[in-house]
This record gives sequence, C-alpha cells and structure tokens, in this order.
Amino acid sequence: MAEIPLETYKSDVHPVWCPGCGDFGVLSALYKAMHALQLDPTKLVFVSGIGCSGRLPAYVKAYGFHVVHGRTLPVSMGVRLANPELTVVAVGGDGDGFAIGGGHIPHAARRNLDITYIIMDNETYGLTKGQVSPTSQIGHTSGSTPYGNVEAPINPIAFAITYGATFVARAYSGKPKELVDLIVKAVQHEGFAFIDAISPCITFYDTYKMIPQKLASVPATHNVKDKAEAFKLALDTEHLYMGLFYQESRPTFEESVMATVHRAESKGMPKFDDILTAYR
Amino acid sequence: MNDIVFRIGGEGGEGVISTGELLTRALARADYEIYTFRTYPAEIKGGHANFQVRVSDHLLLSQGDKIDVLLAFNQEAYDRHFKFLKVNGVLLYDSDSFSPPPDTNSCIGYGVPLTKIAVERIGLKFSKNVVALGVLSQLFNIPLERFEGLISEKFKKKGEEVFIKNIQALKAGFDYAVQHVKKTDPYRLEPVTRKRDVVVMTGNEAMALGAVAAGLKVYAGYPITPATDIMEWLARELPKVGGVVVQTEDEIAAIGTVLGASFAGKKAMTATAGPGFSLMTEFLGLATMTEIPCVVIDCQRGGPSTGLPTKTEQGDLNLALYGGHGDSPRVVLALTSVADCFQGIIRALNIAEEYQIPVLVLSDQYLAHRMASVERSNFQSVEVRERLRPTPEQLASYKRYILTETGVSPMAIPGDAGGFYTATGLEHDEAAELSFEPHNHEVMTEKRHRKLRMLEKTSNEIAKVYGLEQPEIAIIGWGSSEGVIREAVERAREEGNSVGALHPKLLKPFPTQRVKDFLKKAKVLIIPEINFTGQFASLLRAHVPFEPIAQLNKCGGLPFTPEEILAKMKEVHQHG
Repeated sequence: MAEIPLETYKSDVHPVWCPGCGDFGVLSALYKAMHALQLDPTKLVFVSGIGCSGRLPAYVKAYGFHVVHGRTLPVSMGVRLANPELTVVAVGGDGDGFAIGGGHIPHAARRNLDITYIIMDNETYGLTKGQVSPTSQIGHTSGSTPYGNVEAPINPIAFAITYGATFVARAYSGKPKELVDLIVKAVQHEGFAFIDAISPCITFYDTYKMIPQKLASVPATHNVKDKAEAFKLALDTEHLYMGLFYQESRPTFEESVMATVHRAESKGMPKFDDILTAYR
Repeated sequence: MNDIVFRIGGEGGEGVISTGELLTRALARADYEIYTFRTYPAEIKGGHANFQVRVSDHLLLSQGDKIDVLLAFNQEAYDRHFKFLKVNGVLLYDSDSFSPPPDTNSCIGYGVPLTKIAVERIGLKFSKNVVALGVLSQLFNIPLERFEGLISEKFKKKGEEVFIKNIQALKAGFDYAVQHVKKTDPYRLEPVTRKRDVVVMTGNEAMALGAVAAGLKVYAGYPITPATDIMEWLARELPKVGGVVVQTEDEIAAIGTVLGASFAGKKAMTATAGPGFSLMTEFLGLATMTEIPCVVIDCQRGGPSTGLPTKTEQGDLNLALYGGHGDSPRVVLALTSVADCFQGIIRALNIAEEYQIPVLVLSDQYLAHRMASVERSNFQSVEVRERLRPTPEQLASYKRYILTETGVSPMAIPGDAGGFYTATGLEHDEAAELSFEPHNHEVMTEKRHRKLRMLEKTSNEIAKVYGLEQPEIAIIGWGSSEGVIREAVERAREEGNSVGALHPKLLKPFPTQRVKDFLKKAKVLIIPEINFTGQFASLLRAHVPFEPIAQLNKCGGLPFTPEEILAKMKEVHQHG
C-alpha cells in the first residue's frame, strides 16, 4: 500500500492560536505521529472540549467532534462503543480536563478505555484571557486571583496513575521529538493512554523560560511497570520529569464489553415472540 | 360482576409488590384485562407500599376510582386505605397483625391469621403473602392453577424446598378460606369466555422492548428512580442483539456517550428522571447544533430537586420544551399508555434518526411501573427508519450541513471515505466550517428549525380524539392521563353529555391545527395535569387562543382518577 504523505493529515483550516502558542507544537507532533503510524484518517476521530485546545480537530483532516466543555471522555467512550475499529484521540486543556471535566478521568482510567487523551496543559484559562486553572501554582496572580492564587495545583501525573490509567506520560511542546515519540506509543498502547503535554500560553501565562529550567527526562533506568517508582518521579518537586512514567497491560473496556456481547450473542438471537411470551 | 379493584397494602420490602405482581399475572393468564397502579416508599426496607390491580373482562383505561377489595397486612395499610374502600367493599386483613375498630361496619371484613399460618403451618414468615393469595383465589374465584404455575416459575429456581413451601402456603390459604371464611360479599370473578393473546408488562419494560425493536445499539445511563429498570432490562437483553449498555459516572456522561455513539453511526439512547434530565440540557443543545440523532427518556417524578422520587408528576414538560440555551429545536413526545410506550419509543428513535434531532420522551412514575395487559398484536407492526446517509457523489464534495428543503442533510459517519468533518457546537456553515457571520447564523438556525415544521403534520395526525370530534365540553390532557380521561369521557357520554377529549402525542411541534379544529364548538376547555401550574395549559395558550380554560391540577404524587375528571366536567357544566 502506498505511503500516506504527511500533508494528508493537515486540513486547510488555519489555526486561530496566537503565534508562539504551545498548541502548535502539539498539533505538529500529532501530524508526525499519525504519519509515523500511517493511521487511516477515515477511521480516525479527534474529540475535543472547550478552550483554545478545543479547536484542534478542525486542523486535522480526519473526523472530529468538538463537544461541550469538559466532556471529551464520555463522548470518546460513545464513539469507541459504537465502532471499536476507530482510533480516538481526545484533546483538551487543563481547565477542560481537570476542572469542569475532572470527574470523568477517573472513570475513563479505571475502565481502561482504549483511547489517547492529550491534555494541553498551560496552567491557565487562555480563551477567557487568563484566569487560574487547576494546575496553576499557589501565588499565581491572574484576572480571577488579583491577590494571588490560594489553591494548590493538582499533580496530573500522580492523579492519572492513582485512578488506574495504564499509560501515563508527560511531554513538552517545546521538545517535539520526544512528544511525537510519546504520542506514537500512546496510540499504540492498548488502553487509556494519558499525556500531560505542557503547552505554554504565550499571551496570558508565558512559562517558556520557567519550564526548561525544571525539565528533566525520566531516568533511562526507570522501570515503567513500577508504580511506586512512577509515583516518586511524579511527586518530585525538584524536577519536572518528561517521558513515560507508567505503563501496564490490562484488558481494555471495549474488549471486555465486546466479550460480554459475544457471549450473549453466541446463545443465538432471541426471537421477538419468545421475549414477549416471557411476559405471559 | 367482572370489574373489581383490589388494593394490597403493607410494609415496604415485605413482598407487597411481588404479591401484587403475582395476582396481576394470574388474572391476566386467566384472560382477564388488568391495570395496575403502585406506590412504594423511597426507603428500601420499611415505609409503606401498596399495589393496586383492577381486573375486568373489558378494556380497562384506568386504575379505577374506589377500592372493592382491600388486603391489609398491617394497621398502617388499614389507616391509609380504608377511606378509599367502597361501602360494602371487602376488607381482608391479617388478624395476627391488627384488628379493625369494632365500629367498622361499612364493609365486609374477613380476618385471616395470615402470619400464624405462615409461621406455624409453613415455617416461612414471608409466605404470608402467598397464603393471602390462596385466600383471594378461593374468595374471588381466581383459578388456583394460575397461581401454582406462577409460583413454580418464580420459586423453582430458588430450590425445591422454597417452591414446595410456597405451594403449601397457597393451598393453606385456600383451605383456610374454604373452612373458616363465610363469604357474604357479592364479588366473584366469572370465567372469561373470550381467549385473549396478551402480555403483561410495565411501561418501562415496553419502552426497553420498543427500543430494541427499533434497532437501539448503545444505551448509556445512570441509576435513578423511576427509570433504572430500563437500564437493567437493556443490560440483560441488549447484548443478545449485539448492543451495549454502559452505566456511566453521571447523567452528563450518559448523554455524552449517547452522542458519541450516534456520531459514530449507532442508534443510541438514555433514560433518566428530572434531576438527571436537568444535567443533560447542555449536551442537548450540542445535539441540536451538531444535528446528531438521540433519544432521552424522562420518567418524571415529583420535583423540584430530589422531590418525591417514587411518586408521579407531570412537572418536567417545561424543562423538555425549553431546557437549554439558545434557540434549540428539539422534539418532545409524551407517552400515553403501556402499549404506547412500545410504539412511542420506536417513533422517538425513528424521528431522531430521520430528522437528526434530539427527541425527548416524557413518561412518568405512574406509567413506568404500571403493569397492563397489552394485546400481542400491538407489538406486530414495527416500522424502523434510518438516518439519511450521503451518496458516493455527495461524499465526493461533501457538505455535512448542506441546505435542503427538509432541513435534513446527509450524515457521514467515521469510516466514510471523503466524509471528513468536525461536528462542533460552534456555529458553522454548510461545509461544517466555523462561521460567525450574521447571515449564516440566521440561515443555519432556520435550517435547524425547519425540521420541526416538517413534523407539524405528524403532530396533528397522531393526536387522538376520544368521544366527540368537536364537543362542547372539551378536554385536552397529555401523557399518562390518557386512559383516565378516556374512561371519564366514556362515562360522561353515557349520560348524554357533549364531551370529547383530544390527546396529543407530539407536544413539540405542537398540533396547533388539530387543537383548533377540535375546539371549534367548544364552550369550555378542561386541561387536567399532574402539576401545580399547568405547564401544558401555558403551552396551549401560546399556540391557540381559547377562553375559557378550566385547569385541573393536582400534584400530590398520585395520578388522576376518572371521578376527578368527571367532577370537573360537572363543575364547568353547571357554571357554563
């Protein structure tokens, strides 16, 4: 089969993002990862929430569903249950994923829904012009915290590991090669693959200088099957580790659900009249 | 006399409901028509539960008015229900539990030591329910073998001993009645000569079955009374036909899963009650905007907030009609009877698919858990519709939201080569590309509303009239009150009154023309609703100018009785 060229994955819609936005790095990495994997775009669905990152599906030449704020994961589940042959990539921001939609991550994770979920994490609400988000640091001054943020940020990596995500990674939009590599692995992973992709907001919370200072690669010696060690790396306050923290193999939600269906179906489709007769 | 209303009352969790169900099925198997009504406590154990079954050899349209036979397991059942017992009705009670006051002489009382028989003779306390069934069988001529068959089906899987004990309990009750009860009441069921091919099911069961018949493939839901058993039924049955059921983390996730599945090409549905329905409204706007078919059932219960979780109300009409931001066209369909639950869900799924629009289905607790006998023929004619899909030519230059006469555009689904598009809640143009231009928003808003205009004809056609087509005393109700209103109209017509009832099924779009025609000769319009304000009356006023309207509202958690409708007719007639 002829190779699918990289350009095939690009739509002709021009991104609305500010020049220098970290989201460009994520989009570009997605194109490269899809190309590397040679994914069939007709069987590819991008699901996004609300926020700057929510616009991403329109920039990819594939199927897209730009849903309501915070609900990418339930919609992704619906898509996968309807057609498990589709590859689903959910994208959204830290507000979309951890604030309004925070209640869905635990359930997608424990179900082990077989999708890739990329959080484009900029520690702020960019589309509403800079308010604090669940990943903002204490003391951060913003439109909604003029005297400084008093709420502690969540730890996305520890959060995802705790709830049973079977693939947990952190990436940085400024390190495109590593990001492409992680997206490729996440899509290949069978189960819920979570990537916290740090993607700075150049307009309302520019962390381009801050992030690289703390950035470090997950040590090469790290065993990704070691959950306790993965937690240690996630909780490290000195370094912001980048790379794959944790991976485990567990039956996916879709596999288990379809196995139930096949078991039920194997007994033969019930006759409508027989169902009725049970109500005599 | 073959029209008897039985009511059974007792402690919740002690088998009142299952006793009622056994009685109902035994009667139906003996070819009687049945119609039940139940209330139950919000608690799992304790609280008061009651089950009412009306039995007849002719078509039953309501649960009836007063009670002919009250089976009271305890004092509370007597206290609550005795006032509804007809003069010279039968009070059958557990004499081990309580004794009615000595001055109770307006009824015929039979005290039976149900508990003592169950404990001492059978050695199984809760078999008092089955003992009572044996007594009922003997007193009212309900064939004992019907109970035996049902007990065999219900208890054999629990083991031979349980089965044998229950059969013994049934016979002990029967024998006790033969030996010790001197029957002085006139109630006795005469055998039905006409054999009927009916099934007995609840509204929720009929809805779930209808959904399967219509091709449902994905169901997502969250447990909530009184809708939960729809999910449980489908969890059992849907996988057998290749469908999936998922219990989501909340109702928002449920409707989100439904939309995801429908976007990907499968028929999908969820069911809930008011609190869950409230949570879904944002997603309903997305369904309208992205033109994705979906069906949401709201089994209404008393509200607002947690309200009366186990009692009936018609309080969510406004939410169904208007719950959402922006001009958000959706279809609202109200179910009217157990038979209609089956056909109505098929209609709902068909409309959703055909018009790519959310269809909101209003049921309620009264209908959800009411058992009724339905002719098997009701389940025969099933016409299933599918959504409009693009042709290969259309896919070659695909426009997801291309403008058409009907407002409906061919829908590509992931996997279709060339059909790429991003469905988005942002305003978009024909090609699904974002557009915030003033003209575009007007054009696309009109496109989405055009579908409702296409459905107006259906709305007018499927509204049903009972009694006169153009009466002087007109009644328009909606939803589960259909049978009660119809029975009241029939009774009023027997007395020679110019009465008729119109019962719409589609409430949005509203059957305006049909209502206008119906009201041509009307001197007064009665609108009965199980809510405080008259939500349907407001809807009607917005479409049809008519005076005077006599609203009949109640919101105590109970359905109307035919007597209440008749009383309102008399009242307006006298004042008219």
